[in-house]
Amino acid sequence: MGLKTFWHRLGSPRWLYQMSGPWITALGWLACLLLTVGCVWGLAFAPADYQQGNSFRIIYIHVPTAIVSQSVYMLLGAAGLVLLVWRMKVADMVLATAVPFGMSMTALALFTGAVWGKPTWGTWWVWDARTTSMLVLLFLYFGLYALRQAIPRQETAGRACAVLALLGTINIPIIKYSVDWWLTLHQGATFKLTEAPAMPAEMWLPLLVNVLGIYCLFGAVLLAGLRLEILRRERDTQWVRDLVETAA
Amino acid sequence: MSAGGIFTGALRREFKLLLQSTEELANPLIFLFLALTLFALGGGGSPDTLSAFAPAIIWVLVLLANLLALEGLFRRDYDEGSLELLVLLAEPLFLPLLAKIFVHWLYSGLAMTLLAPLAALILFLPAQVLPTLMLTLLVGTPALSLIGAIGAALTVSLRRGGVLLALLVLPLYVPVLIFGAGAVTEQMAGIENMAQIYWLLVITMVALTVAPFLVAAALRISLEQ
Repeated sequence: MGLKTFWHRLGSPRWLYQMSGPWITALGWLACLLLTVGCVWGLAFAPADYQQGNSFRIIYIHVPTAIVSQSVYMLLGAAGLVLLVWRMKVADMVLATAVPFGMSMTALALFTGAVWGKPTWGTWWVWDARTTSMLVLLFLYFGLYALRQAIPRQETAGRACAVLALLGTINIPIIKYSVDWWLTLHQGATFKLTEAPAMPAEMWLPLLVNVLGIYCLFGAVLLAGLRLEILRRERDTQWVRDLVETAA
Repeated sequence: MSAGGIFTGALRREFKLLLQSTEELANPLIFLFLALTLFALGGGGSPDTLSAFAPAIIWVLVLLANLLALEGLFRRDYDEGSLELLVLLAEPLFLPLLAKIFVHWLYSGLAMTLLAPLAALILFLPAQVLPTLMLTLLVGTPALSLIGAIGAALTVSLRRGGVLLALLVLPLYVPVLIFGAGAVTEQMAGIENMAQIYWLLVITMVALTVAPFLVAAALRISLEQ
C-alpha cells in the first residue's frame, strides 16, 4: 500500500477501526513485555550510580514519561495542522484522545522528578529550566483539556483545540529557550541523537527499553481511545449498527 | 478598497467605539494600580522588600491587567453581531483584526508603559531602572495583546470564558514575563541585559507575523456555532 493510499484511508474512521484491532493487541503486549523487562532490569540488575546510589533508578520511569509527554504535544500540534488544513476526522479524534495521556505522563514526570530531587538535590522542587518547562507544558495540556470541555459543539471544539495546539507548538521552543536562560541545575539530557550516552551500557540499555515500551503503550492507548471515539461518533452509521448487532 | 484603506477605516471605527466606552479604557488600568497597592500593603510597605520584587510584581500585574482588557476585545462586537459581518465581508480579514489588536494595545500595553513611573513609585523601584522597565514594557506588551487576541477569539462565543481565557493564555505569556522581568532585575543588579530586550522584540515580531492569521482562523471557528 502506497503512502498516498494510506493517507486517504486514514481519513476513513471505518477503515481505521477495522485495521487497528490487531495493532492494539500487538502494541499492548509489546508494551507489557518491554516495560516489564526494562523496569526489572533497571530496578534490580543495573549497577548503582557511584554518586547517587540507588536513588538514580527513578530515571527508568522519569525519563521515558518526560520524553513521551513532549512527543505527545508535538503529535497534537501535527494533528491540529492536519485537521485545520485537510479537515480529517481522525485528526480531531487524535486531538481528543491523546490529551489525557499526555497530561498524565507530564504529571508523572514532574512527580518522579520531585521524588528524585528530594534525596539528590535535597528539595522536592527547584525552579530550574527543565522542571519549569515541564510545568508549563502541564498547563498547556490543562488548557487544551479545558477548552474542549467548554465548547459544546464537538466539531467546533476540535478545531478550536487544533488552533490552540498549533499555537502551543510554536511557543514550546520559545518557552524552552526562555527558561533555559536561567541558571540550570538539571543535568543535561540523558539521550542525545548525536552522541553516545555518558553512562555505561548496562545502565542506559534498560532505559532505552523502557522508552520504547512507553511509546508502544502510547500507541496502544491512542488506538484504543480512537476506536472508542469512532464508535461514539459514528454510532448512527450502518456499519457500526451491524457491528453492535453481531456483537450482541 | 486598498489594504491601507481597510486598515485605517477599521482603526477609525475602533477609536470611535472606544471613546464611547471610557470605562472599558480605564478599568484594567484601575485594576493594575489597585493590585499594586494591595501588594504594597500585603508586603508591609518596607522599601527594601518591595523594590526587590518590584520588577516581578509589576510585570505579573501587567499580564493580568492585559488579560482583563482582552475579555472585552471581541465581546461587544460579538454580542451585537457586527463581528459576524466582519468575518463574512472583510477581505483580507486579518487587517481589521490587526487594527483592533493595535487599539487594544494602545489602551492596555502602551497606557501601562506610560503609567509605569507611577507603578515604580508605589513599589520603590530605583529610579535608574525605570527606563529599562518602560523599554521592556514597550517592546513586550504588543506580544501580550497579539497572543492574547488568539485566546480571546477562541473563547468569544462561550458564556463564561474569563477563567478559561486566563488558563489558555497565561502559559503562553511565560517567555515574555521571564525576559521582561528578568531584564529589569538584571538592570538592578548592574548586569548587561540587552539580550533579553532583543528577545522580547523577537517574540513580538513572531507574534505579529503569526497571530493575525490565527486570530482570523479562531474567529471563523468560534462563529460556526
